[in-house]
Amino acid sequence: MAEATPKGVLTTPIFNNNPIALQILGICSALAVTSSMSVSLVMTLAVIFVTAFSSMFISLIRNHIPSSIRIIVQMTIIASLVIVVDQILKAYAYEISKQLSVFVGLIITNCIVMGRAEGFAMSNTPGLSFLDGIGNGLGYGFILMVVSFIRELFGSGSVFGFTVLAPVQDGGWYVPNGLFLLPPSAFFIIGLIIWVLRTLNPEQIEENEFQMKENTQPKEAV
Amino acid sequence: MAQSNNSTKKILTVAFALCFVCAVIVSTAAVALRPMQQLNQELDRKTNILEVADLYEPGMDIQTAFEKVTPRVVDLRSGEYTDQFDPATYDSFQAAKDPAQSRTLSGERDIAGLSRQEAYSTVYLVGNPDDPEQLILPIRGQGLWGLMRGYLSVQGDGNTIEGITFYSHAETPGLGGEVDNPNWKAQWQGKEVYDEQGDLVPAIELVKGGANESTEVDALSGATLTSRGVTNMLQFWLSPEGFGNYLAKFRSGVDQDDAEQADVELEAEGA
Repeated sequence: MAEATPKGVLTTPIFNNNPIALQILGICSALAVTSSMSVSLVMTLAVIFVTAFSSMFISLIRNHIPSSIRIIVQMTIIASLVIVVDQILKAYAYEISKQLSVFVGLIITNCIVMGRAEGFAMSNTPGLSFLDGIGNGLGYGFILMVVSFIRELFGSGSVFGFTVLAPVQDGGWYVPNGLFLLPPSAFFIIGLIIWVLRTLNPEQIEENEFQMKENTQPKEAV
Repeated sequence: MAQSNNSTKKILTVAFALCFVCAVIVSTAAVALRPMQQLNQELDRKTNILEVADLYEPGMDIQTAFEKVTPRVVDLRSGEYTDQFDPATYDSFQAAKDPAQSRTLSGERDIAGLSRQEAYSTVYLVGNPDDPEQLILPIRGQGLWGLMRGYLSVQGDGNTIEGITFYSHAETPGLGGEVDNPNWKAQWQGKEVYDEQGDLVPAIELVKGGANESTEVDALSGATLTSRGVTNMLQFWLSPEGFGNYLAKFRSGVDQDDAEQADVELEAEGA
């Protein structure tokens, strides 16, 4: 990342350096909020907003942040933005904020936001940091939307709340798969997405950090 | 530059300035948006009440529709209305936390798992408040994963159920979460709370394998503990511990002495 171009920071996080699929950050909320597409979309927008603006503000004052309290400074900025987002959602999108409940607040602990602040915004200009925040938010959102599309389609037979596969409860033919409504299914789906992305992009495959020893024979163990 | 950034003075200045700016932003947002948020909560509560009363249609004007509904505060011990509190502002959840306005429940009396119960509760009357078409009662109780809160609507005879709804619960989606399923909720209409004996003991319950009696409702499949929670919640709130004495005033053929004998005391703690 020696030279960061505006276009580069905006697009690479979506496929090539995806925060969820490559950096494996922000998995927790990706498991929790992806059971319906509209909720995921709002969560995505909230994360894009918070990552973009927190990166921008942190970058603006980066030359004045004492390194001994930099994490706390970043945290304070992120937390303030998250509270503002939460308040706005409660005022203008009450239904969705009820469904997102605690997860808006948990954006504060989303490693993507913190990771971009520490890894990028601290050493780049505000404009670039802002775009980088948007890019990473989009990368997060891309995975969220794919996962929630699969989960909502198979779990409730609908897309964005519109029924596609008429479920049995309402007199249709489709028996919804309850597993897709539960968070573990997102884990499997994200795993499969990572597999696909790394098959298409072999350079994403990490080298083993250690070599596993062959099984020891009992007499060797003594 | 890096040196001066790490001096104690600089650290304190940055920390203080940052806290001040963030505090101003956060409190401005909170204060500016509060009226909007309260309106939303109010609308949400009213929507739930209209839904349980079967008066709700998507896209309707909630405020206008809610004019048909009159809130009243009821003394749960005697079942009488009280004018001690303003129904528009009285908050029974707050009251349940206040030792002076609530009592502790434990052991066998606490079948709904509440620990504390308020002495006064707000009911919502649909139609003429003196001869209501429906009585909407707030109910709550433990499900499998947490407290379920909802409303039960009973018709003017104090016995026939009009509808039930849960506005907050943490049950498993697809299993216990089916308490939100409109098809399941639809079968509550016309069920009866009490059996023919005319006492104050509620008979309504969720049963497995098909409901035959008018006091039985089909349990949720795959959600035994949620179903048990719903049964316990109703048995508690419709007994003399809850709204039993209040409902008795609307029911015919109930011995009023029964209601007075009902042993419900308020054990106020402290002052």
